[in-house]
Parts: sequence; structure tokens; C-alpha cells
Amino acid sequence: MKLTKRSLLGLVGASFLATTPMQALAQDWQPTKPIDFVIMAGAGGGADQIARFIQAVAEQQDLTNRPLVPNNKGGGSGAEALIHVSTASDPDHTILVTLNSFFTTPLRQENLGIDIQTFTPVAMMGVDPFVLWVHKDSGITTFEEYISKVQEMDGEYVMGGTGAGQEDSIVIAYLSGAYDLDIKYIPYDGGGAVAKDLAGQQIMATVNNPAEAKGFYEAGDFVPLLAFSDERMPAYPDVPTLKEKGHDFSYYNQRAVVGAPGMSDEAAAYYQDLFTTIYESEEWQGYLTSESLSPLWMNADEQRDYWALQVENHMELLAALGE
Amino acid sequence: MEVLSLLGDGMILSLQPLNLMMILIGVTVGLFIGAMPGLGSVNGVAILLPVTFLVPPGSAIIFLAAIYYGAMYGGAVSSITLGIPGASTAVATTFDGRPLAKKGRASLALVTAALASFVGGTIANVLFTLFAPLLASVALSFGPPEVFALMLLAFATFVGLGGDDIPKTVFSICLGLVLGAVGFDQISGAPRLVLFDYNGFLQGIGFLVLAIGVYGIGEMLWTIDQTRGDVTATTPKMTVKGMASDTKEAAKKGWKGTMIGSFLGFFVGILPAAGATPGSLMSYGVAKMVSRKPDEFGKGSVDGVAAPEAANNSASTGSMLPMLTLGIPGSPTTAILLGGMVIWGLVPGPRLFVDEQEFVWGLIGSFYISNVAALLINLAFIPVFIWMLRMPFTILAPMIFVLSIVGGFAATRDMFDIWLMVGFGLGAFFLRKFDYPLAPAVLAIVLGPIAEPTLRQSLLLSSGDPSIFFTRPVAGPITIVALILIFLPAIKMLRRMRNKSKKPA
Repeated sequence: MKLTKRSLLGLVGASFLATTPMQALAQDWQPTKPIDFVIMAGAGGGADQIARFIQAVAEQQDLTNRPLVPNNKGGGSGAEALIHVSTASDPDHTILVTLNSFFTTPLRQENLGIDIQTFTPVAMMGVDPFVLWVHKDSGITTFEEYISKVQEMDGEYVMGGTGAGQEDSIVIAYLSGAYDLDIKYIPYDGGGAVAKDLAGQQIMATVNNPAEAKGFYEAGDFVPLLAFSDERMPAYPDVPTLKEKGHDFSYYNQRAVVGAPGMSDEAAAYYQDLFTTIYESEEWQGYLTSESLSPLWMNADEQRDYWALQVENHMELLAALGE
Repeated sequence: MEVLSLLGDGMILSLQPLNLMMILIGVTVGLFIGAMPGLGSVNGVAILLPVTFLVPPGSAIIFLAAIYYGAMYGGAVSSITLGIPGASTAVATTFDGRPLAKKGRASLALVTAALASFVGGTIANVLFTLFAPLLASVALSFGPPEVFALMLLAFATFVGLGGDDIPKTVFSICLGLVLGAVGFDQISGAPRLVLFDYNGFLQGIGFLVLAIGVYGIGEMLWTIDQTRGDVTATTPKMTVKGMASDTKEAAKKGWKGTMIGSFLGFFVGILPAAGATPGSLMSYGVAKMVSRKPDEFGKGSVDGVAAPEAANNSASTGSMLPMLTLGIPGSPTTAILLGGMVIWGLVPGPRLFVDEQEFVWGLIGSFYISNVAALLINLAFIPVFIWMLRMPFTILAPMIFVLSIVGGFAATRDMFDIWLMVGFGLGAFFLRKFDYPLAPAVLAIVLGPIAEPTLRQSLLLSSGDPSIFFTRPVAGPITIVALILIFLPAIKMLRRMRNKSKKPA
């Protein structure tokens, strides 16, 4: 075969077609511009890590014809992100990585006028359990020691977290109620900052997702005392759960992707397929294991029911908090 | 010494053909991304992150770090030649870089920026290499009260300068603090100062939007007003000989600013709450404070260019430290780098130095090589940048306007920010007409959002007792120095008034 410019172009074209995923060819709707990949938390925390991991998997395996562009909007416990997404001028190109503030923030700030049922379900990527951590230099090694220490300090025991009404504060509030604890709670702007100040012993304990504390745990700086999961976590087999201690309470952070309100059905189908592919990828399954997330896959209708259930649960939790 | 042999291995690793190529491409790309107003290292690293999947993780992070480095050099270019900050880290460079350029000394400013960046980067690299673990524990010892004390010190350097009109400086700082408070309150999570209920204010006022408005658009209006359209374009010449004498002059006049910027920038950079932008602004303030010719600052001081430029490079190395040793990003750019590392299967955090020795030292080695590469590439491009300045103002002004608009839009992709920016440009123009200094407002909008939450966290820690800022071993001395600096001008003024009232008597 004589190689001409034309035949070379043809070859390039053919090989391009051959490498394009079949699934993409079968679809009607494709993004026509970069996708606004909004994260309802600041840079460096758990939600942000997940968003960037997902973006990387999509890029690495060439799953989208337009890039996912991460966009951190963590202000006001995610209110900034909820408003940005619900008023998006192009709902077909706007998706949101959520945590539980997806449920709590609209409840706590009714004046925002956000109805989460107007959002479009895309994928439930997993749920992230919470663990109670202390610094190794505190000398505390068990949950019981922790409880007696907090009671002994009588209001001077300092814990850090990501803010009033946020996931960790709900857990801490439950704990305080159940064991009659008086804890001084300092809000930070993200899970990363909380972990740093526990490492520097500016604060005495935290309730964090394993992903945010893992590096310090492996270095021996952080000691896990209690897990707020249903069962003991495979990565922390020696850490008891609150349920074992006789309290029927477990709490997880949802790691879900939702679409903007008013997204077309075709676009929703496209994103649901995309995130199913990502969910099933070896990389994501590996991430679930290494970061101790639990799988909780559900379809679009199940997600809507889950939202309704979570809103109800959080209404009770927040009411108990006096919010 | 073990450290030196590890560093040597790292350098050899980063000189391998693939890695060296990554460094050269990364630095050049970074230089231009940094020079584009509105696009900084954050955008550069975010956009190019996917490209790095084509190469092994070690080379990938070297590439991204090289972009980061190049962008720090590049940010100075548009700050100096056009007066538009190329990146938030280069805002302080406009304070004196632009006046120098207007005097026809753009080449001196650019050479100073390049040399200061090089020295700042090198000093930071040496500090990093020798003291990384120690410095990590310093970063950890900075809790909310310490960070607040440091922010107080930063404000003090701007108030306590003397020379300027103090009431107007204080007004300017207050204006910046109010603008910095717009958006969501971190402590309570409630929205505040959402002016006219525009949703655009919910995300707060972007620092770059303000800086580009004030320095890009405001400066352009000012120039037009001052010259009534009759701008005589400076025709700077660029010769090898000229560059050599500029180098000498830069070294002679700018060494002090460079030293201050290098050390202060690095130190502020390693604090996760701060970063390169506060570092460069603080270094500018301190350089002015200790200068023997503080009056020259703002009018074209070489030290005024050297200090922030040394600081932003030094801080960018510094902010790698908490990322590598603690797994906590010290700046938005390192947050993205951190994301990259997780994807490559590396666990950032205290174990990284032990478990991934080759990766860590390859990266550190590449800092040194990138720094040399960035200096040489930057110097080589200076004649090109100078050439831009030879365009007549009638062509340059619309170009500045368009670049400002693009830069304001690039950060958030929100039309609202463009209107806001134009508004800031007009506001800045009128404030300047009434002789209000604008730099303190810019400083306040950067430091306010760091100072406020740390102040409130500290007071929560102490149950409302302000003595927490004096009794802690690190926060105490910093707070006291800051307070002395703040009240120094007031004391001086009282003395002067007393002397005056004595004389006629």
C-alpha cells in the first residue's frame, strides 16, 4: 500500500473509531461541552478526593468525550453548591458530588428554597463510615477511657469538625446525648484541616471518615476508638462499633452523584451509564476497599426513595440536636 | 550525609531524558499559563492533570510541579508589563513592577523578578531538603491562635509602615475586610452580606476578580486620565549588555527584598492555612517596613519586586511540605497534586517519605532542576515580553481590557464576576483619585478570610478569653510584636504632637 496523506488520515480515523467505546456509539445524547463537576465541599476533604478520583478514572479510560471539570463550592455547608446547581443555566452539563449535607443543608436553611427531589438521581457510589479518632500521645486507647476523660475534663474537652449540622457534628451530638458528655466543638472548613489539627494536637479528638485520617493512622499518630458503622470494618477489625456498646446508632456519609434539576432524560441516562461504568471499574472497586467505603448501589428510583428516607432521618437527628 | 546522597539520587533521576523533558515542557507551559491573566498554576495543573496518565507517576508529578514552578515565574510577567496580575500570587508584584515598567525599566523589573524567583526557589529547596521533618512539626504546632497572630502581624506590617496616610490605610483595610466577609460564614454556615440578594455574592468575592479589577481596569483608567490619551509609549531597548547591567542593578538593589521574601515566603507557605498569596503580600509589607527607602515602595522599588517574587516561589516549594509530609495541601494547587497522587496509588501522609523514597526524592531533586530551567527559559523570553510593551498605548489599552475580562471570567466562569470586576475597576479609580492606598484593601481581602475563622476558633477554644493569643508560646510573641507595630505610628504621632505643642510655648 502506498502511503499518501489521505490514506494516513483514513488510518488515523479508523483507529480512532476502533478505540471509541462501543457504549458511547450506542448513545443518542453526548455532552457538547465540558461538564461542570460541582463538589459540595472544599479542596482536600473526602468528597473532593472522591471527585478527583472519579475524574481521573474517566480521563484515564477515556470515558467521556468532554472533560469533567471539578469545581469546589463548599461554602455554607454546601449551600453554595446547591444554589449553583439548582440555578445552572445548562442542567445537562451540570452534575454534583454530594455528601449528607445534600439532606441537612436544605433542612437547616429553608430560606434557600432548595427541594432536593427536583434534582436528578445519577449514581450512588458508596457510603463512607465514620470513626472516632484520638492522638496517640493522649494515652487513650479505648472508648471507655475516652468517655471518662471527657467527663473528667467537664466541658474543656475539645473536638474539631466540619461545622454545625455537618455529618461529624451529628455523630458527636448523638454521642454527647447518649453518654452525657459536654464537648467543646470547633468548626473547620474541611476534613483535611481537622485531621491536621488533630495531628498537631490543637484539638483532642475528631470524628472523621477513614480516608481523611488514614495517612496518620498508618504512621501511628492516630488511634481509632470506635466505628459508627453497622458491622466492624474490615480494615479496622479491632475497633468496636457503637452498636456493640448497646446504642442502636450508625451513621454513614453518602458518596453520590446527582444531576441538576431539569436535566433531560437523555442526559440523565448518559450520566447513569457513565457512572455505572466508573462504579464497576477496577479502580473504583479498589478505592472502595482501600478507603473503607461500603458499597450501596441503587437505581434511580431507589435513590429517590433513599433521599426521602434520609431527609426524614435527618429531620429527627437535627430536631434532637435542637437545630 | 544520608540526605545529600538521597538528594543526589533524586537529581540523577530527574535528569533522565523523560523527566528532563517533562521539566522543560512543564516549566515553559507554566510560564505562559502564569503570564495569562486569570490563569494561574491551579488552572494549569488542573487542566494538564489528565495528560500525566501517559507517563509513570514519578514523571507525572515532576511535570505538574514544573508547571507550578513555571507559573510562579510567569505570574510576574503580566504584572510587570501590563499591570494585570498574572495570578493571585503575583498581585504584590504589580505594586512596584508596573511603576518600574512605566519608567521604561521593565527589563530591570523582569530580570529582578526572575533572579528573585530563582534565589527564593533555591533557598526554599535547601530548607526543604535539610529540615523537612522538623518543619512539618512546626506547621503542626500552628493552631488557630498562631495563625491568627501571624495574620495580625501581616496587617501590622501594612498599617505600621508610616509615611502613608494612616486613617486612609485603615479605611482601605476595613473595606477589604468587609469585601472578604461576603459569602458564607464558615463558623455558623449562614450566608451573610449577600448584597441585593444576588446569588453571585454567595460564593464570596473572588480575590482575582478584585485584583484584576483594581490593577487591570483601574490602572488603565488611571493612565488614560493622567495622560488624557496622550500616552508616550516607552520604548525600552533590550540588549545583552543592558541585561547584564540590569542583573547587576537587580542584585545590588534587590538582595534585601529577595532574602526577606525567600525565608518569610517559605515559612508562610508551609502553613496549610496560608499559602503563596499571603506569603508574597506579607513579604512585600515586611520588605517595605525594614527598607531604608520605604518611600520608594509603590513607585518602582526594586526590593518591592524582589520580595513578593522570591516569596511566591519559595512558598510554592514550602506548600509542598505539608502535602508530602502530612498529606494536607498547603495551597489550592497542591490540593490538585494531592488528588493526582491518590490516583497514582500513592498514599500522601507521614509514611510517604519512608515508603516511597524514590518518588519523594525524585520530586525534590526535580525542584532544583526545574528552578534552573525556569530561570534560563524566563530570561530567554524577556526580550519577547519587552517587545509587547513597545506597542502604542492605543493598542495596548484595549488588549489589557480584553485580557482583564477573560482573566476575570476564567476563574469562575460566571458573568456576574465580570460586572463585579468592572465595578471594582471604577471604584478603584475613584479611590485612587482621592489618594486612598489600594494595596491594603487587596491584602485584607486575602488575609481576612484566614484571620476571621482562626480568631473565632481561638476564642471558642478559650471560651471567649482573648489571653489565649498572649499565653501560648508561639502565638504570644507574634501577637506582641504585631501590636507594637500597629501602635508604633500612633505613638510616633503623639510624640510629634507633644513636641509641636511644646515648641511655641
